[in-house]
Amino acid sequence: MSEIKEVIINNDRLATDEYLVNMGPQHPSTHGVLRLLVKLEGEKVLNVQPHSGYIHSGIEKMCEAISYPQIIHLTDRMDYLSAHMNNEAVALCVEKALQVEVPDRVKYIRTIMDELSRLASHQLWWCVFGMDLGALTTFFYGLRDRELILDIFEETCGARMTVSYNTPGGVMFDIHPNFQKRVKEYIKYFKTKLPEYDKLLSGNVILRERTEGIGHLSLVDAIDFGVTGPSGRASGFSCDVRKHVPYSAYPFVKFNEILDHRCDTYARYEVRVREMWESISIIEQLIDNIPAGDYAVKMKGVLKLPEGEFYQRVESARGEFGVFIVSDGKKNPYRVKFRSPGFSNLFALNNMAKGHKIADLVAIMSTLDLIIPDIDR
Amino acid sequence: MAFNIYDFTTLTHNIHVGLAESFSPFMATTIEWVIVGVVYLLFIAVFGLFLVYAERKVCAAFQQRLGPMRVGPWGLLQTIADFIKLLMKELIMPRKADYFLYNLAPFLVIIASFLAIAVLPFAKGLQSMDFDIGVFYLTAVSSVGVIGILLAGWSSNNKYSLIGAMRSGAQILSYELSVSLSLMTMVVFAGSMQFSTIVEGQRDAWFIFSGHIPAIIAFIVFLIAGTAETNRGPFDLAEAESELVAGFHTEYSGIKFAMFFLAEYINLFIISAVAATVFLGGWMPLHFGNLESFNHVMDFIPPIVWFFGKVLFVIFIIMWFKWTFPRLRVDQILTLEWKYLLPINLVNILLMALVVLTKFHF
Repeated sequence: MSEIKEVIINNDRLATDEYLVNMGPQHPSTHGVLRLLVKLEGEKVLNVQPHSGYIHSGIEKMCEAISYPQIIHLTDRMDYLSAHMNNEAVALCVEKALQVEVPDRVKYIRTIMDELSRLASHQLWWCVFGMDLGALTTFFYGLRDRELILDIFEETCGARMTVSYNTPGGVMFDIHPNFQKRVKEYIKYFKTKLPEYDKLLSGNVILRERTEGIGHLSLVDAIDFGVTGPSGRASGFSCDVRKHVPYSAYPFVKFNEILDHRCDTYARYEVRVREMWESISIIEQLIDNIPAGDYAVKMKGVLKLPEGEFYQRVESARGEFGVFIVSDGKKNPYRVKFRSPGFSNLFALNNMAKGHKIADLVAIMSTLDLIIPDIDR
Repeated sequence: MAFNIYDFTTLTHNIHVGLAESFSPFMATTIEWVIVGVVYLLFIAVFGLFLVYAERKVCAAFQQRLGPMRVGPWGLLQTIADFIKLLMKELIMPRKADYFLYNLAPFLVIIASFLAIAVLPFAKGLQSMDFDIGVFYLTAVSSVGVIGILLAGWSSNNKYSLIGAMRSGAQILSYELSVSLSLMTMVVFAGSMQFSTIVEGQRDAWFIFSGHIPAIIAFIVFLIAGTAETNRGPFDLAEAESELVAGFHTEYSGIKFAMFFLAEYINLFIISAVAATVFLGGWMPLHFGNLESFNHVMDFIPPIVWFFGKVLFVIFIIMWFKWTFPRLRVDQILTLEWKYLLPINLVNILLMALVVLTKFHF
């Protein structure tokens, strides 16, 4: 409120036809506590100014006070929909620093869990995208399928969302004896359900009208803003970490990097739906071939990283997630920095939404798939 | 006082005669007014609550869940519980809201619904006002509601409310044209604006059958425009949750919110009832030209059942597309009206006039 007042007071040539609206921090479509200061002219969006920090929890600072295995549990809380990928990034980073080679079994388990998380995340995104566009039924279709993935997670490691399944050197526990059977069952089930998504939403003429040609993000802009993940790939930016810097079991599998050159909201929508098919195919390639072996390397009780700087990136459901650890040889890091995809993606919003309508702003924001704790950390 | 479920004329006539004999003409009229008012109030409250329940159940069915199940058998009492909750809630008013207009708005919205419901024929003889300009009256009073919505948005002193009100103003005023023109198409066909005459005219075949192509076009246009006029999805721009929080009624709570809420469902009923009356034969049973025995079986079903059956059918269709389609954008909604529905409607009226002139109907 005070900010709006300030803007009004300081602007001596106050234009009467501009309308400043605070979208958020409490707003149904900002999916959390993101605040957008939107300048409107009627329905037209003139400027969007994102204000983050409403759910800032100081995770990076907290990491400095705790040990490396503990950091993993904090990363769950950032991008809670790709918790497993975030965990994996830290685990990989620590393993890289300690030059530990994990068994193949761990790699396979991690990758399968990655792709299951990606499926779950994209499903939830799909529900919410439909809801942001006013098609409320999508919400229940997506949640119905996501619930089953969470059940598999629960059986595997006891948690449904904040899994914390990774640990430096492997995973916490071996997979449940039912794991392979259930995942296979699920994949078989979801293959019949994914076409329903297309039937309900993708082909809908209203959705096409609402999304095609809206929120154009050119390739140059995508690279400039560092927009990664499905949002970047929909602008033709080949940025899939799984493909370019393969980690875990990704070198063993064949999959396509989904690229789209239409750069609009619909492209971002379609890239995600097609990525779900890719995830299914990756899981299918791995699930029958999980090699026997240990589920973790025996690590020391207290992990001390050698002095130096370590960086590891993974492909989370939203884009490139990076962990940068500066170690001074102690049991806790000197400094930790997370490169979260949501943060970079969010700041391309103004560029994309300018000149469109309020409803388009909501649709564009939805296709960026923002998770606010991931932005604020 | 004989009670005949197939014809309410005797019942209403007997009540009138009974009152006229016992009281002075002025008193009799007043008592009649009160009775009619109370009956309508009760009907609106009960049917509105039922529609809320039906909507929740229908949407639950589309969304693969059960809907309300806890309060009463199959959650039947859920909406009543909700309504009691709304009645008891605190009325919160923004400090800088325009006191008078803010409090007036919900009444205007619900009055418009009340006025419109008065001309609907529920069954033979069950109609409180039977004008010779019934259709015209209905379109006129139903647009009073938009004033309430605009006032609500303006007086709340909330930016989202104002945007919602502007949207709804633009939308309802535009779609008013299509609603009226598609009704006019049928008026051309029926040759009357009086609802009772329109219904009587469908004794042998419902207008949607006898008016064939132009009637079907008019019916579809009416359904689309009617949905838009009641601010329902996929045209629920005025209260687009993901964009405007709750649109024009963001700042209303308790019973005032309940009024907007109820008015929305009454409007849904009105639109469906008009569609049923004008296109689907109102309370007339389904008749096929010379299938005597079939027609007799259909006659056996009371008209009031026919009327509500048709109304609920139309309501179900409207709910169906609300829970399936994404929302349109504000410019698309106006494009749809001015570039597509309106020209189609104007051509359709000409077509209907030709059909009537050449007697090319059943």
